[in-house]
Amino acid sequence: MALTEQEILAGLGKIINEITGIPATEVTPEKNFVDDLDIDSLSMVEIAVAAQDEFGVEIPDDQLKHLKTVKDVINFIQN
Amino acid sequence: MRILRGAPGARVLAFGAYQPAGVVTNDDLAKTIDTTDEWIQSRVGIKERRVAGPEESEVDLAVQAGGKALAGSGLSASDVDLVIVATCTPEAPIPNVAGRVAHRLGITAPGAFDVNAACAGFCYALSAAADAIRCGSATHVLVIGTEKLSQWIDWTDRATCVIFADGAGAAIVGPSDTPGIGPVAWGSAGDKHDAIVIKDRASFLHQEGQTVFRWATTELHPVAKEACDRAGVDPAELAAFVPHQANLRIIESIARKLGADNAVIAKDIVLAGNTSAASIPLALSRMIERGEVQSGGLALLLGFGAGLTYAGQVIEIP
Repeated sequence: MALTEQEILAGLGKIINEITGIPATEVTPEKNFVDDLDIDSLSMVEIAVAAQDEFGVEIPDDQLKHLKTVKDVINFIQN
Repeated sequence: MRILRGAPGARVLAFGAYQPAGVVTNDDLAKTIDTTDEWIQSRVGIKERRVAGPEESEVDLAVQAGGKALAGSGLSASDVDLVIVATCTPEAPIPNVAGRVAHRLGITAPGAFDVNAACAGFCYALSAAADAIRCGSATHVLVIGTEKLSQWIDWTDRATCVIFADGAGAAIVGPSDTPGIGPVAWGSAGDKHDAIVIKDRASFLHQEGQTVFRWATTELHPVAKEACDRAGVDPAELAAFVPHQANLRIIESIARKLGADNAVIAKDIVLAGNTSAASIPLALSRMIERGEVQSGGLALLLGFGAGLTYAGQVIEIP
Protein backbone atom coordinates (compact mmCIF):
# COMPACT_ATOMS: atom_id res chain seq x y z
CA MET A 1 0.00 0.00 0.00
CA ALA A 2 1.38 3.40 -0.97
CA LEU A 3 2.39 5.68 1.86
CA THR A 4 0.47 8.91 2.35
CA GLU A 5 2.10 12.31 2.13
CA GLN A 6 1.76 12.67 5.90
CA GLU A 7 3.49 9.35 6.56
CA ILE A 8 6.39 10.21 4.26
CA LEU A 9 6.65 13.70 5.77
CA ALA A 10 6.81 12.25 9.28
CA GLY A 11 9.53 9.79 8.17
CA LEU A 12 11.54 12.53 6.42
CA GLY A 13 11.23 14.80 9.46
CA LYS A 14 12.72 12.10 11.65
CA ILE A 15 15.55 11.37 9.18
CA ILE A 16 16.42 15.05 8.71
CA ASN A 17 16.38 15.59 12.46
CA GLU A 18 18.77 12.66 13.02
CA ILE A 19 21.20 13.80 10.31
CA THR A 20 21.14 17.58 10.73
CA GLY A 21 19.62 18.25 14.16
CA ILE A 22 16.88 20.38 12.59
CA PRO A 23 13.62 19.88 14.57
CA ALA A 24 11.24 17.59 12.65
CA THR A 25 8.48 20.19 13.05
CA GLU A 26 10.52 22.55 10.82
CA VAL A 27 10.39 20.01 7.99
CA THR A 28 7.26 21.02 6.09
CA PRO A 29 6.45 20.39 2.40
CA GLU A 30 7.12 23.90 1.07
CA LYS A 31 10.60 24.17 2.65
CA ASN A 32 13.59 24.42 0.31
CA PHE A 33 16.48 22.28 1.58
CA VAL A 34 19.21 24.81 0.81
CA ASP A 35 17.48 28.16 1.23
CA ASP A 36 15.13 27.39 4.14
CA LEU A 37 16.74 24.51 5.99
CA ASP A 38 20.42 25.28 5.23
CA ILE A 39 21.15 21.64 4.39
CA ASP A 40 24.32 21.09 2.33
CA SER A 41 24.85 18.71 -0.61
CA LEU A 42 26.60 16.04 1.46
CA SER A 43 23.83 15.98 4.06
CA MET A 44 21.38 15.61 1.16
CA VAL A 45 23.22 12.42 0.17
CA GLU A 46 22.94 11.12 3.74
CA ILE A 47 19.22 11.96 3.73
CA ALA A 48 18.76 10.16 0.38
CA VAL A 49 20.53 7.05 1.68
CA ALA A 50 18.47 7.04 4.89
CA ALA A 51 15.27 7.62 2.88
CA GLN A 52 16.13 4.63 0.70
CA ASP A 53 16.45 2.45 3.83
CA GLU A 54 13.21 3.84 5.26
CA PHE A 55 10.99 3.89 2.17
CA GLY A 56 12.70 1.38 -0.16
CA VAL A 57 13.00 3.95 -2.96
CA GLU A 58 16.43 4.69 -4.40
CA ILE A 59 17.17 8.36 -5.03
CA PRO A 60 20.19 8.45 -7.39
CA ASP A 61 22.55 11.44 -7.35
CA ASP A 62 21.44 12.62 -10.81
CA GLN A 63 17.84 12.79 -9.52
CA LEU A 64 18.78 14.17 -6.11
CA LYS A 65 20.01 17.47 -7.54
CA HIS A 66 16.52 18.16 -8.94
CA LEU A 67 14.79 17.65 -5.60
CA LYS A 68 14.80 21.17 -4.18
CA THR A 69 11.98 21.06 -1.64
CA VAL A 70 10.60 18.59 0.90
CA LYS A 71 7.53 18.26 -1.33
CA ASP A 72 9.79 17.26 -4.28
CA VAL A 73 11.17 14.37 -2.23
CA ILE A 74 7.70 13.31 -1.11
CA ASN A 75 6.52 13.28 -4.73
CA PHE A 76 9.59 11.31 -5.85
CA ILE A 77 9.00 8.66 -3.18
CA GLN A 78 5.28 8.44 -3.94
CA ASN A 79 5.88 8.07 -7.69
CA MET B 1 62.01 -25.01 -10.95
CA ARG B 2 61.82 -24.19 -7.26
CA ILE B 3 60.19 -21.44 -5.28
CA LEU B 4 61.63 -19.37 -2.47
CA ARG B 5 60.38 -19.46 1.06
CA GLY B 6 60.41 -16.05 2.74
CA ALA B 7 59.88 -14.88 6.29
CA PRO B 8 56.87 -16.21 8.27
CA GLY B 9 55.50 -12.69 8.50
CA ALA B 10 56.21 -9.05 7.75
CA ARG B 11 55.89 -5.91 9.85
CA VAL B 12 56.33 -2.18 9.63
CA LEU B 13 59.61 -1.29 11.36
CA ALA B 14 59.24 2.49 11.15
CA PHE B 15 57.18 5.25 9.59
CA GLY B 16 58.30 8.62 8.32
CA ALA B 17 56.47 11.63 6.94
CA TYR B 18 57.16 14.90 5.23
CA GLN B 19 55.06 17.94 4.38
CA PRO B 20 56.21 20.89 2.29
CA ALA B 21 56.66 24.13 4.22
CA GLY B 22 54.00 26.17 2.41
CA VAL B 23 50.81 26.49 4.50
CA VAL B 24 47.58 27.51 2.75
CA THR B 25 44.78 28.37 5.18
CA ASN B 26 41.08 28.55 4.40
CA ASP B 27 41.26 32.31 4.78
CA ASP B 28 44.02 32.38 2.16
CA LEU B 29 41.71 30.57 -0.28
CA ALA B 30 38.79 32.84 0.56
CA LYS B 31 40.81 35.78 -0.78
CA THR B 32 40.74 34.39 -4.33
CA ILE B 33 37.65 32.15 -4.56
CA ASP B 34 34.06 32.34 -3.34
CA THR B 35 34.34 30.33 -0.11
CA THR B 36 34.71 30.78 3.65
CA ASP B 37 36.55 29.07 6.47
CA GLU B 38 33.18 27.97 7.90
CA TRP B 39 32.03 26.53 4.55
CA ILE B 40 35.20 24.47 4.09
CA GLN B 41 35.35 23.22 7.68
CA SER B 42 31.69 22.16 7.69
CA ARG B 43 31.92 20.31 4.34
CA VAL B 44 35.32 18.66 4.47
CA GLY B 45 36.79 19.39 7.91
CA ILE B 46 40.00 21.02 6.67
CA LYS B 47 41.53 24.07 8.40
CA GLU B 48 44.74 24.28 6.43
CA ARG B 49 46.81 22.28 3.94
CA ARG B 50 50.39 22.19 2.66
CA VAL B 51 51.38 23.00 -0.89
CA ALA B 52 54.82 22.48 -2.42
CA GLY B 53 56.42 25.19 -4.48
CA PRO B 54 57.79 24.72 -8.01
CA GLU B 55 61.19 23.82 -6.58
CA GLU B 56 59.84 20.70 -4.84
CA SER B 57 58.54 17.66 -6.79
CA GLU B 58 56.72 14.54 -5.61
CA VAL B 59 60.14 12.81 -5.83
CA ASP B 60 61.61 15.35 -3.41
CA LEU B 61 58.70 14.84 -0.99
CA ALA B 62 59.18 11.05 -1.21
CA VAL B 63 62.93 11.28 -0.58
CA GLN B 64 62.30 13.28 2.59
CA ALA B 65 59.67 10.89 3.97
CA GLY B 66 61.59 7.78 2.88
CA GLY B 67 64.79 9.05 4.47
CA LYS B 68 63.00 9.60 7.78
CA ALA B 69 61.47 6.11 7.74
CA LEU B 70 64.87 4.58 6.92
CA ALA B 71 66.53 6.51 9.76
CA GLY B 72 63.76 5.50 12.15
CA SER B 73 64.20 1.83 11.31
CA GLY B 74 67.88 1.82 12.21
CA LEU B 75 68.66 0.09 8.92
CA SER B 76 71.10 1.35 6.34
CA ALA B 77 70.28 1.99 2.69
CA SER B 78 72.09 -1.19 1.67
CA ASP B 79 69.59 -3.29 3.67
CA VAL B 80 66.69 -2.24 1.40
CA ASP B 81 66.16 -4.41 -1.68
CA LEU B 82 62.75 -3.22 -2.89
CA VAL B 83 61.22 0.28 -3.20
CA ILE B 84 57.52 0.70 -3.96
CA VAL B 85 56.05 4.16 -4.48
CA ALA B 86 52.31 4.76 -4.49
CA THR B 87 51.45 7.92 -6.39
CA CYS B 88 48.91 9.17 -8.90
CA THR B 89 50.72 12.45 -9.54
CA PRO B 90 54.10 11.56 -11.04
CA GLU B 91 55.45 14.52 -12.99
CA ALA B 92 56.43 12.18 -15.85
CA PRO B 93 55.22 8.76 -17.04
CA ILE B 94 58.83 7.51 -17.18
CA PRO B 95 61.09 7.05 -15.40
CA ASN B 96 59.11 5.89 -12.40
CA VAL B 97 59.35 7.64 -9.04
CA ALA B 98 60.60 4.61 -7.10
CA GLY B 99 63.90 4.25 -8.94
CA ARG B 100 64.70 7.95 -8.62
CA VAL B 101 63.89 7.97 -4.90
CA ALA B 102 66.02 4.86 -4.32
CA HIS B 103 68.96 6.46 -6.13
CA ARG B 104 68.67 9.67 -4.11
CA LEU B 105 68.59 7.71 -0.85
CA GLY B 106 71.65 5.66 -1.80
CA ILE B 107 69.72 2.41 -2.12
CA THR B 108 71.69 0.51 -4.74
CA ALA B 109 69.93 -1.63 -7.36
CA PRO B 110 66.69 -2.42 -5.53
CA GLY B 111 63.56 -3.64 -7.24
CA ALA B 112 61.69 -0.40 -7.89
CA PHE B 113 58.17 0.21 -9.12
CA ASP B 114 55.26 2.64 -8.78
CA VAL B 115 51.68 1.75 -7.90
CA ASN B 116 48.71 3.79 -9.08
CA ALA B 117 45.69 3.00 -6.98
CA ALA B 118 45.16 6.68 -6.20
CA CYS B 119 44.14 7.30 -2.58
CA ALA B 120 44.18 3.53 -1.89
CA GLY B 121 47.73 3.26 -3.23
CA PHE B 122 49.60 3.04 0.06
CA CYS B 123 47.56 0.06 1.26
CA TYR B 124 48.06 -1.71 -2.08
CA ALA B 125 51.81 -1.05 -1.93
CA LEU B 126 52.03 -2.17 1.71
CA SER B 127 50.27 -5.43 0.81
CA ALA B 128 52.67 -6.01 -2.10
CA ALA B 129 55.62 -5.34 0.21
CA ALA B 130 54.43 -7.78 2.88
CA ASP B 131 53.76 -10.46 0.26
CA ALA B 132 57.22 -9.94 -1.31
CA ILE B 133 58.86 -10.50 2.06
CA ARG B 134 56.79 -13.59 2.83
CA CYS B 135 57.50 -15.03 -0.64
CA GLY B 136 61.23 -14.40 -0.38
CA SER B 137 61.36 -11.82 -3.18
CA ALA B 138 62.58 -9.11 -0.81
CA THR B 139 63.87 -8.72 2.75
CA HIS B 140 63.39 -5.02 3.51
CA VAL B 141 61.00 -2.84 1.54
CA LEU B 142 60.68 0.92 1.49
CA VAL B 143 57.03 1.78 0.82
CA ILE B 144 56.17 5.42 0.10
CA GLY B 145 52.99 7.32 -0.66
CA THR B 146 53.80 10.67 -2.26
CA GLU B 147 51.63 13.22 -4.02
CA LYS B 148 51.91 16.66 -5.48
CA LEU B 149 48.22 17.13 -6.19
CA SER B 150 48.58 20.91 -6.30
CA GLN B 151 49.93 20.69 -9.84
CA TRP B 152 46.70 18.98 -11.02
CA ILE B 153 44.26 21.33 -9.28
CA ASP B 154 42.36 24.24 -10.78
CA TRP B 155 42.92 26.83 -8.07
CA THR B 156 39.75 28.67 -9.14
CA ASP B 157 37.57 25.55 -8.64
CA ARG B 158 36.27 25.76 -5.09
CA ALA B 159 34.93 22.18 -5.23
CA THR B 160 38.46 20.74 -5.41
CA CYS B 161 41.11 23.30 -4.50
CA VAL B 162 39.94 23.46 -0.88
CA ILE B 163 40.41 19.69 -0.50
CA PHE B 164 43.60 18.43 -2.12
CA ALA B 165 47.16 18.98 -0.95
CA ASP B 166 50.77 17.79 -1.12
CA GLY B 167 52.76 15.49 1.15
CA ALA B 168 54.49 12.15 1.56
CA GLY B 169 54.52 9.29 4.05
CA ALA B 170 56.72 6.21 4.14
CA ALA B 171 57.23 2.90 5.90
CA ILE B 172 60.11 0.45 6.15
CA VAL B 173 58.73 -3.09 6.07
CA GLY B 174 60.84 -6.03 7.19
CA PRO B 175 60.64 -9.73 8.03
CA SER B 176 58.98 -10.96 11.20
CA ASP B 177 58.44 -14.27 13.00
CA THR B 178 54.90 -13.19 13.91
CA PRO B 179 52.31 -11.42 11.74
CA GLY B 180 52.67 -7.63 11.80
CA ILE B 181 50.72 -6.88 8.63
CA GLY B 182 47.36 -8.62 8.24
CA PRO B 183 45.80 -9.92 5.03
CA VAL B 184 44.55 -7.19 2.72
CA ALA B 185 40.88 -6.71 1.85
CA TRP B 186 40.91 -4.97 -1.50
CA GLY B 187 38.81 -4.35 -4.56
CA SER B 188 37.59 -1.82 -7.06
CA ALA B 189 34.44 -0.35 -8.60
CA GLY B 190 35.36 0.39 -12.21
CA ASP B 191 31.75 1.24 -13.00
CA LYS B 192 32.38 4.47 -11.08
CA HIS B 193 35.63 5.25 -12.92
CA ASP B 194 34.42 8.73 -13.87
CA ALA B 195 33.69 9.83 -10.29
CA ILE B 196 37.26 11.11 -9.78
CA VAL B 197 39.30 11.87 -12.88
CA ILE B 198 42.21 13.76 -14.36
CA LYS B 199 41.12 13.28 -17.96
CA ASP B 200 44.40 14.08 -19.69
CA ARG B 201 47.63 16.04 -19.23
CA ALA B 202 45.91 19.34 -19.96
CA SER B 203 43.10 18.74 -17.46
CA PHE B 204 42.64 19.34 -13.78
CA LEU B 205 41.29 16.92 -11.20
CA HIS B 206 37.50 16.63 -11.30
CA GLN B 207 35.43 14.93 -8.62
CA GLU B 208 31.73 14.03 -8.46
CA GLY B 209 31.53 14.90 -4.80
CA GLN B 210 28.10 13.47 -4.03
CA THR B 211 28.82 10.16 -5.81
CA VAL B 212 32.09 9.67 -3.96
CA PHE B 213 30.53 10.69 -0.64
CA ARG B 214 27.63 8.24 -1.08
CA TRP B 215 29.99 5.41 -2.07
CA ALA B 216 32.42 6.08 0.77
CA THR B 217 29.74 6.34 3.46
CA THR B 218 27.78 3.28 2.36
CA GLU B 219 30.20 0.78 0.74
CA LEU B 220 33.42 1.03 2.73
CA HIS B 221 32.61 0.09 6.32
CA PRO B 222 32.06 -3.53 5.19
CA VAL B 223 35.57 -3.44 3.65
CA ALA B 224 36.95 -2.17 6.96
CA LYS B 225 35.18 -4.99 8.79
CA GLU B 226 36.42 -7.52 6.22
CA ALA B 227 40.03 -6.43 6.79
CA CYS B 228 39.51 -6.97 10.54
CA ASP B 229 37.87 -10.36 9.95
CA ARG B 230 40.71 -11.54 7.71
CA ALA B 231 43.21 -10.62 10.42
CA GLY B 232 41.10 -12.24 13.15
CA VAL B 233 40.82 -8.91 14.96
CA ASP B 234 37.65 -7.53 16.53
CA PRO B 235 37.18 -3.80 15.71
CA ALA B 236 36.96 -3.18 19.47
CA GLU B 237 40.59 -4.40 19.77
CA LEU B 238 41.90 -1.68 17.44
CA ALA B 239 44.08 0.99 19.03
CA ALA B 240 43.84 3.16 15.95
CA PHE B 241 41.72 3.55 12.81
CA VAL B 242 43.60 5.33 10.05
CA PRO B 243 41.39 5.74 6.99
CA HIS B 244 42.41 7.76 3.95
CA GLN B 245 42.01 11.41 4.87
CA ALA B 246 39.41 12.26 2.25
CA ASN B 247 36.81 14.22 4.17
CA LEU B 248 36.22 14.43 7.91
CA ARG B 249 32.54 13.53 7.50
CA ILE B 250 33.47 10.36 5.59
CA ILE B 251 36.06 9.44 8.23
CA GLU B 252 33.56 9.90 11.07
CA SER B 253 30.83 8.00 9.20
CA ILE B 254 33.01 4.93 8.53
CA ALA B 255 34.44 4.99 12.06
CA ARG B 256 30.94 5.08 13.57
CA LYS B 257 29.73 2.14 11.46
CA LEU B 258 32.91 0.11 12.06
CA GLY B 259 32.45 0.13 15.84
CA ALA B 260 36.13 0.72 16.63
CA ASP B 261 35.06 2.03 20.01
CA ASN B 262 38.50 1.98 21.65
CA ALA B 263 40.47 3.30 18.69
CA VAL B 264 42.01 6.70 18.17
CA ILE B 265 40.54 7.93 14.87
CA ALA B 266 43.01 9.66 12.54
CA LYS B 267 41.85 13.20 11.75
CA ASP B 268 45.03 14.48 10.17
CA ILE B 269 43.00 15.97 7.32
CA VAL B 270 42.27 19.00 9.51
CA LEU B 271 45.84 20.25 9.13
CA ALA B 272 47.06 18.27 6.10
CA GLY B 273 44.17 18.24 3.62
CA ASN B 274 43.62 15.28 1.32
CA THR B 275 47.03 14.03 0.17
CA SER B 276 45.77 10.90 -1.62
CA ALA B 277 48.28 8.01 -1.36
CA ALA B 278 50.32 9.92 1.22
CA SER B 279 47.52 10.53 3.70
CA ILE B 280 47.56 7.24 5.64
CA PRO B 281 51.30 7.00 6.41
CA LEU B 282 51.38 10.77 6.96
CA ALA B 283 48.56 10.58 9.48
CA LEU B 284 49.90 7.54 11.33
CA SER B 285 53.45 8.95 11.47
CA ARG B 286 52.15 12.07 13.14
CA MET B 287 49.96 10.10 15.56
CA ILE B 288 53.06 8.10 16.60
CA GLU B 289 55.15 11.28 16.93
CA ARG B 290 52.51 12.90 19.13
CA GLY B 291 52.28 9.79 21.33
CA GLU B 292 48.59 9.27 20.52
CA VAL B 293 49.21 5.57 19.77
CA GLN B 294 51.59 3.11 21.35
CA SER B 295 54.01 0.64 19.80
CA GLY B 296 52.49 -2.83 19.59
CA GLY B 297 48.91 -1.58 19.25
CA LEU B 298 46.80 -2.62 16.28
CA ALA B 299 45.86 -0.09 13.61
CA LEU B 300 43.40 -0.57 10.77
CA LEU B 301 44.47 1.21 7.59
CA LEU B 302 41.80 1.84 4.93
CA GLY B 303 42.59 3.46 1.59
CA PHE B 304 39.92 4.40 -0.95
CA GLY B 305 39.67 6.71 -3.92
CA ALA B 306 39.85 7.16 -7.67
CA GLY B 307 39.32 4.07 -9.79
CA LEU B 308 37.36 3.61 -7.72
CA THR B 309 39.76 1.49 -5.67
CA TYR B 310 39.94 0.43 -2.05
CA ALA B 311 42.19 -1.61 0.22
CA GLY B 312 42.53 -2.13 3.95
CA GLN B 313 44.62 -4.12 6.38
CA VAL B 314 45.35 -4.36 10.08
CA ILE B 315 48.95 -3.66 11.11
CA GLU B 316 50.89 -3.66 14.35
CA ILE B 317 52.11 -0.15 15.14
CA PRO B 318 55.96 -0.04 15.22
